[in-house]
Amino acid sequence: MYTAIVFLPLLGFLIVGLFGRQLGPRPSELVTTGLLFVAAALSWVTLISVGYGNAPLTVPVLGNWMTSGSLRVDWALRVDTLTAVMLVVVNSVSALVHLYSIGYMHEDPARPRFFAYLSLFTFAMLMLVTSDNLVQMFFGWEGVGLASYLLIGFWYEKPSANAAAMKAFVVNRVGDFGFALGIFLVFALTGSVAFDQIFATAPGLANKPIHVFGLNVDAMTITCLLLFMGAMGKSAQFLLHTWLPDAMEGPTPVSALIHAATMVTAGVFMVARLSPLFEQAPVALTFVTIVGATTAFFAATVGLVQNDIKRVIAYSTCSQLGYMFVALGVGGYSLAIFHLFTHAFFKALLFLGAGSVIHAMHHEQDMRRMGGLRKDIPFTFWMMTIGTLALTGFPLTAGYFSKDAIIEASYAASAHSSAAIYGFLMTLIAAGLTSFYSWRLVFMTFFGHRAAAGHADHGHDAHAAPVHVDHARTDKHKHASAHDHGHDHHGAHAPHESPAVMLIPLGVLAVGALLAGLVFSGAFIGHGYDAFWKGSLFTGANNHILHDMHDVPAIAVYGATVMMALGFLGALYVYVLAPGTAQRIASRHNLVYKFLLNKWYFDELYDFLFVRPAFWLGRVFWKGGDGKIIDGMGPDGIAARVVDVTNRVVRLQTGYVYHYAFAMLIGVAAFITWYLVGGVR
Amino acid sequence: MFGFGILSGLIFLPLVGAAFILALRGDDEPTRNNARWAALVTTVIVFILSLVAWSRFEPGNPGFQLVEQKDWLGSAVLYKLGVDGISMPFVLLTTFLMPFCILASWQSIATRVREYMICFLVLETLMIGVFCALDLVLFYLFFEGGLIPMFLIIGIWGGKRRIYASFKFFLYTLLGSLLMLLAIMAMYGVAGTTDITVLLQTKFGASMQKWLWLAFFASFAVKMPMWPVHTWLPDAHVEAPTAGSVILAGILLKMGGYGFLRFSIPMFPDASQYFAPLVFTLSIIAIVYTSLVALVQDDMKKLIAYSSVAHMGFVTMGIFAMNQQGVQGAVFQMVSHGLVSGALFLCVGVVYDRMHTREIAAYGGLARRMPLFAVALMVFTMANVGLPGTSGFVGEFLTLIGAFNANSWVALFATTGVILSAAYALYLYRRVIFGVLDKPNLMNIKDLSAREIVLLAPLLVLTIYYGVQPGPILDACAASVTLLVKNLDAALAITKTAAVALH
Repeated sequence: MYTAIVFLPLLGFLIVGLFGRQLGPRPSELVTTGLLFVAAALSWVTLISVGYGNAPLTVPVLGNWMTSGSLRVDWALRVDTLTAVMLVVVNSVSALVHLYSIGYMHEDPARPRFFAYLSLFTFAMLMLVTSDNLVQMFFGWEGVGLASYLLIGFWYEKPSANAAAMKAFVVNRVGDFGFALGIFLVFALTGSVAFDQIFATAPGLANKPIHVFGLNVDAMTITCLLLFMGAMGKSAQFLLHTWLPDAMEGPTPVSALIHAATMVTAGVFMVARLSPLFEQAPVALTFVTIVGATTAFFAATVGLVQNDIKRVIAYSTCSQLGYMFVALGVGGYSLAIFHLFTHAFFKALLFLGAGSVIHAMHHEQDMRRMGGLRKDIPFTFWMMTIGTLALTGFPLTAGYFSKDAIIEASYAASAHSSAAIYGFLMTLIAAGLTSFYSWRLVFMTFFGHRAAAGHADHGHDAHAAPVHVDHARTDKHKHASAHDHGHDHHGAHAPHESPAVMLIPLGVLAVGALLAGLVFSGAFIGHGYDAFWKGSLFTGANNHILHDMHDVPAIAVYGATVMMALGFLGALYVYVLAPGTAQRIASRHNLVYKFLLNKWYFDELYDFLFVRPAFWLGRVFWKGGDGKIIDGMGPDGIAARVVDVTNRVVRLQTGYVYHYAFAMLIGVAAFITWYLVGGVR
Repeated sequence: MFGFGILSGLIFLPLVGAAFILALRGDDEPTRNNARWAALVTTVIVFILSLVAWSRFEPGNPGFQLVEQKDWLGSAVLYKLGVDGISMPFVLLTTFLMPFCILASWQSIATRVREYMICFLVLETLMIGVFCALDLVLFYLFFEGGLIPMFLIIGIWGGKRRIYASFKFFLYTLLGSLLMLLAIMAMYGVAGTTDITVLLQTKFGASMQKWLWLAFFASFAVKMPMWPVHTWLPDAHVEAPTAGSVILAGILLKMGGYGFLRFSIPMFPDASQYFAPLVFTLSIIAIVYTSLVALVQDDMKKLIAYSSVAHMGFVTMGIFAMNQQGVQGAVFQMVSHGLVSGALFLCVGVVYDRMHTREIAAYGGLARRMPLFAVALMVFTMANVGLPGTSGFVGEFLTLIGAFNANSWVALFATTGVILSAAYALYLYRRVIFGVLDKPNLMNIKDLSAREIVLLAPLLVLTIYYGVQPGPILDACAASVTLLVKNLDAALAITKTAAVALH
């Protein structure tokens, strides 16, 4: 059954990838979507049998990948509770996104390619979460990177999409650089890359120094930091986050599946999977906390001012991933996975809801051109509201259980870690910011009046979307004038509710967003912890975080809810009760506004620090190094001297063929003589 | 037959084909077609024969197999052939790639077709000879002989600056080889024979080892090519016809790596260890420097040529890591690079045949008109980038893990190549395949023809197959590499104890 779960999406990819054009779009959609629904159903069966039942840990080995000396890497499927949870998340969201895409992409002629990519992504992600060793994990890791690259650049005629796709791949590779070095280090330390052997060896490596990169450092700390670098890239954490907002260039279902629910959580999964290593490296965990907390805060601030509906949600994702890393950093692995689980539902819901809005608005993504949509697309409105409630942590929704638990846990950990204090403060503040920008999105989109019927000037073609994305980002002056346009074009392209094939996934995800916390919190982070996880998450002897978090004072317990309420009221005031406040604040604090709008200028900084120097160096090495120095001193220089010499030698030449032939004969004779003499000796 | 074994058959069969083509008369279209078919049939037969040789080859046996020996020039210089786990993959790679080269030249070569095919068949003889020779002089003859047909292929059927490129290629490689010739004479002076199996048992003095090592290094480093003697390669690639580039990247470059494994490491172990830091340094420079240079190229072939130099950096790094993973990774990387870079050059050939330019700026948006080509190029680009699941990953991963165990600094710097390769390869892909197809002369460009599909499909399948199942290659060389590493460690241990005893 496990084999089927993993390979059904691959089968779908192969069928549609190879024969998609012969099959046509509709059969392609049905094949991939159907296989994904089967895989999703099997995944739920797996979760129930592994997590709630007593199905033993199994690691079916599919075959050997590579063997070289003591290095042995197998293809295997490791299915424990942690994997089962991930299987459910990946396959459920993927199946719903497949279904949704049938509606969302219905105008696109390249649908078979799109569905093939989606299935390829799902397969790679499944290989990642079922891996039994670091190298197979790396296979899935890079495989999802490839699928993400292909899907971000799906509309390959858009230059911005191509740039975003490439940026995503290359920035992820920066993270993978650390991941790869981490794998090498693990192999050097434990002599293996298989989880069972690594985990067995890990306790003995605690506090053991190692000499590496010219430094004497704690072995486990450096290993975990390097591995975490991979997680930072994949999960778009602070400093390596720049690719995620740009990844919104891809079609919206892709954003929901890859850049919200599954791929970006791979880093969280990795740290949780490697908890036996990270538990031996407290310094690395501190670093994880700091990075997570910084990301949670940073991304939330940027999310406050973005005008592109998808970018707001993208920064929200970035911020929520920060929460998960704070949870990991304070040792609450199950908290992180629980938030990953619930986040998958409500974030996919928000993205798909945003897709429904975009669909309704004929591929308009700028929220300033929206407004009052709740009457036109009521179902989408309610779904988005549910997603927002869950994200902001409204009592009894999913986020209330998982996100607030992280804030409590970071408070509990503050007793013996100053990083956790930082984590607590940042996540608490970010909770308020989250609530503000989430409601801002709802109010700007669904309340008030439509600012301008901006969609009149671009067609239904999905490819036209980028123009407006760029507008929204760069052109702030048009902002004011956009308001004056009036409502003339209303009638021509009235927003329309999406077809059922798109609304059903929204409904299913909404149920998850409302109930996932309530239903699963007991097993994931409550009393059922041991029975559910069955040791698939490792916690050291000194790790009592799940116990401590229940003994926190009221400020930690209710702090998050208060912040959520404050954020809601703030957004309500600024965007509904007193419209125009936002513009006033922005113009009064122009510097801050620009700083946030331009995402703390990270893109500009990296362009200045890395991209330009790389091209500059390349040119210097090419023209200067290869051209002037090596060729100039070497072959060309010598050739020039040779020409000087030959000009003199020319006089010796006669031009008669037999003279040359005679000279050659002498040469051949000399050669043979030498060999014969050599042979006799 | 006549007391010759299967390896002799492999070496001389292409010559038979060449003789047949030589016997053809006339320069009309039927004759040309006959020459093409004769060359194709010959190379296919040679490939099948090499499969027979492989089936007789025992992977578990670390020593030389299928050995045949005859006196040649007296009893000192032998005609001795044999293969072990290190050379067998290269023999197969050579015989496998040859039919593709012939097919790739089917239409693009229209002048002097007979001579062209003869050049390629002679080249095949010499290349197989290099990997089978078990006598140093014989090796040298094959090694140097290969220069001549390649020189002609670039110089006659090349592009605009072919004369410059062919002479640069010839002089660079010849200069290195002359030093090797001197070293061979010196080794003959010590051992009294040029039999490689004997030389492998011979212990050369410490200072002599260094000189011999340097002399061989001069030759192999140029062939690889290693930084800073790599500048002939981009020029040669740019000017060579497509099939010439395939052979150059696929096989000729591998002779350097093969030479290190066959001679430098086992015959001069102390010197190899002494000079390993030098090789590491040059490898790292090659990886970082040429990757950056590749980033700014505006000629497709040059870009791939520079990326080849970077990939060969991984090979030299793996070889001089001198452990099981490093060396096996290097062998695998060479085979994989043979397939992948060969395929990439074929891909360039596909568009070059249509548009007659290699300028990246002349293309853009090909995905719309050439979806099959876009898929093929994507797979090979990803293999070039070292994506897991393609053969490119296995070699990079093993060489890096081997290098890490030898010296963590080396792995640290070399791993940056992972980032840089993604940058230059995807940047190329984006400029050629993605974007809007707005150049008027591209509007009617045709997707892959049946011949081109036949050409690329097997390479594509193997690239992925070896990425998922590298076993056939890794197992073939495992025993021989284990023996190599064991002997090396033993030799180094002896030197160490000797040094300790002296003090």
